[in-house]
Amino acid sequence: MSIKGKAYITGIFEHPTRLATDKTVPQLHAECAKGALEDAGLTKNDIDGYFCAAGDTPGLGCLSMVDYMGLKLKHMDSTDTGGSSYLLQVGHVAEAIAAGKCSIALVTLAGRPRAENVATGTAPRTPPVPMPESGFELPFAPATANMYAMAAMRHMHEYGTTSEQLAWVKVAASHHAQHNPHAMLRDVVTVEDVVNSPMIADPLHRLDCCVISDGGGALIMTTPEIAKSLKRPLVKVVGCGEAPKHQMGGKVDLTYSGAVWSGPLAFAEAGIKHGDIKYASIYDSFTITVVMQLEDLGFCEKGQGGRFVSDGNLISGVGKLPFNTDGGGLCNNHPSNRGGLTKVLEAVRQLRGEAHPAVQVKNCDLALAHGTGGSLGTRHAAATVIMERE
Amino acid sequence: MAQSQSRKMAAPPVSPETQHFWDAAAQGKFLIKKCAACGEPHFYPRPLCPFCFSDKTEWVEASGNGTIYTYSVMRRAPVPYAIAYVTLAEGPTMMTNIVDCDLDALKCGQAVKLVFKPSDGGPPVPCFAPA
Repeated sequence: MSIKGKAYITGIFEHPTRLATDKTVPQLHAECAKGALEDAGLTKNDIDGYFCAAGDTPGLGCLSMVDYMGLKLKHMDSTDTGGSSYLLQVGHVAEAIAAGKCSIALVTLAGRPRAENVATGTAPRTPPVPMPESGFELPFAPATANMYAMAAMRHMHEYGTTSEQLAWVKVAASHHAQHNPHAMLRDVVTVEDVVNSPMIADPLHRLDCCVISDGGGALIMTTPEIAKSLKRPLVKVVGCGEAPKHQMGGKVDLTYSGAVWSGPLAFAEAGIKHGDIKYASIYDSFTITVVMQLEDLGFCEKGQGGRFVSDGNLISGVGKLPFNTDGGGLCNNHPSNRGGLTKVLEAVRQLRGEAHPAVQVKNCDLALAHGTGGSLGTRHAAATVIMERE
Repeated sequence: MAQSQSRKMAAPPVSPETQHFWDAAAQGKFLIKKCAACGEPHFYPRPLCPFCFSDKTEWVEASGNGTIYTYSVMRRAPVPYAIAYVTLAEGPTMMTNIVDCDLDALKCGQAVKLVFKPSDGGPPVPCFAPA
């Protein structure tokens, strides 16, 4: 069974906060849910399916949040793959709606790592319960930045990718962020600014890394019939793919991500080609993440990602593939250290024609959102979603 | 030149699966697992082969020779350190630290040799130094 056209994204909301010292995580989830419901023109009691990620919803799976929001449900799913969870969940919602398990689904993300002073990228985060690999990794202090940095280092070694090429990803994001009043970083930066910023973990500089922010977001998804009864532009899900990648028992290869598997699944389901995509939201935890995912999704040849992103090719109105027109994780926000949901939000804005006029892509009828959750350096889950304006 | 400094390394959690590995490490021996059914070596060690799922996995002592697959020097740490993946002569690639080295002179493809370093209250952990 295909999910093509079986589910529509009819409500979206992005929390405006970037520093939530005065709010709790459950409150942020609920405020995002309320915002998305209002956008869709629906009410809380219309919801019969709830999809979240266990890692950013306090309590056992989704249960505490279901209790907090007072939801009555026929279907729930709290699959957690880190930052890509919400991209996976768009696919899982579409499957559930296509199978008749629910008809109006809520997806939420929220977190406040900035208010909590989490050393997100530079300090190892020790899990409360040892994982099978813990003894063979924790002593070596894998943080987030140095794991992605190892992927970047190998990419440079094998393909000759340069720091200047990676910097173009941040430059493009900053060109978009200048138009987003909510973005944490709104100053346009240059390649020189990026490569001259302090080194965090060789070869990644400070400006190669995404922001640490609080906030969240939510989606409302529904059936074609209900979507057409509402007053919002029609945006439907036409293709989804998900795939994990790991260390393969020691056959480690950091030159590619799980996008090599999730991407083709999504493109095949949608029945479209890369040239049909007018806009792409690409998870930008680090600049290298974007370069590798674009290669793995097939927007350019393996190893050519550095060249592909150079010279403004990702800048809306300038290049061939406008990306992350909200400023992305590199400039706008990265709620709960998880960038997957905001990727869907900006793709929907583009398809609705509701992006900022300075970055709105003309005739944007097909958009892709893609993310990597976990770590490029160890194990992760890739998820790809293709959406179409009707 | 930035000579690496010794750093307090977290003790590895030891489990019934890995007790033998860490006991051997305390004796200066570096073990990996090899599957008697499919012949594949693997790392990190598991009782069931991650390639064929056979339970006929055996401990074998590795040579301690390897090459750096990739690495990164964490500059934003109280003591900067080099995390790396090292490809062992026996085949598997493992996460480790490169120690006793010039942090500014590391390279992908560089030959390295096993050296155990103490952990904070646990068994010594397998690190590598330039060969």
